[in-house]
Amino acid sequence: MSSSTLHVKVWRGAEQGEFIEYEVPRAANQTVLDVVTYIQRKLDSSLSYRFACRVGMCGSCAMTVNGKARWTCRTHVAALGSGSELEIAPLNNLPVIKDLATDMREFFDKMNTAKGFFKGEKTRHDDFAKLKPHSLERQLANAGIECIGCGVCYASCEVVASREDYLGPAALNRAWTLVNDVRDSQQLDRLRAVAGDAGCHSCHTQGTCSERCPKQIEPTAGIAGLKKIVGRAAVLGSKWGKL
Amino acid sequence: MNTAVLQAKLWYAQRISAMVLALCVAIHLLIIYYAIQNGLSAAEILGRTRGNLIFALFYEIFVLACLVHAPIGLSNILRENTGDSFITRVLPWLLAALILVLGNMAVLGVVWGTA
Repeated sequence: MSSSTLHVKVWRGAEQGEFIEYEVPRAANQTVLDVVTYIQRKLDSSLSYRFACRVGMCGSCAMTVNGKARWTCRTHVAALGSGSELEIAPLNNLPVIKDLATDMREFFDKMNTAKGFFKGEKTRHDDFAKLKPHSLERQLANAGIECIGCGVCYASCEVVASREDYLGPAALNRAWTLVNDVRDSQQLDRLRAVAGDAGCHSCHTQGTCSERCPKQIEPTAGIAGLKKIVGRAAVLGSKWGKL
Repeated sequence: MNTAVLQAKLWYAQRISAMVLALCVAIHLLIIYYAIQNGLSAAEILGRTRGNLIFALFYEIFVLACLVHAPIGLSNILRENTGDSFITRVLPWLLAALILVLGNMAVLGVVWGTA
């Protein structure tokens, strides 16, 4: 056993499977994605995994590395501090298609369920909407708008792990950015969609999503905002009407 | 009523009752601290609380806040851990009844000495 060699356990199979160990040579500035790519190209071409940009823009290479969900392209092996051992598995809380590739459908479907898409009323014939960059709504929206849908928060969420129908941090964060978008015209429908135990009110505020988000977004804060605004809308009403 | 909207209302009720409880517990502790400072006996304390309407009102608010807060919390915990069932739906109502009866008996006992 040499320190110039990494001993990498990689999940092989689908829901049923096992960890297979590979030996991968260490390299300077090596990322976890480099390790997976090395295994696939040099050791076992049947290994399935997903990646695209390699520079932290697309969000497709997220995996569970040493028990925590991360972007593999932006995770240096040396920074993990686990010596020559490495364990790579698919993201938690999502069905595994094969090896390190998960089925992300339910993750993206929940964004739709939470009305995580913009719907305006103006047409191309109307003037541009004028938004003040320093208004409270715009700042709250900006705080969560950089999400690229990698699924790290969803895979890390304890509530998603315990209840299937929970919308999860990414969908609720997206809903929160849109609740703060003054141009959007489906606010009451969105509040209804994110209300209750399958929505924001199930969040236990444990904050793992915020801790793990590679973009330093805080879905926990957005969900707390949703809880407050939805709760008030149900009891007292909101500027868009009563739930 | 839509279940999700009902859950949102229950969440709101629990939050508001939590705010009331936070205040009530703080005042309650301060009263205990004040009352036992000079070694007052139970009889002496009851002597001061009997017939005191402010005490009655304060502890009635305390009981009502508990009545709202605790059953909603118990219901959430039960549903998250055991799923939706007959017991999950009945136990919070039993707790609510217990708090209402015991809480009011305590208020009556401390203020009017009739319980």
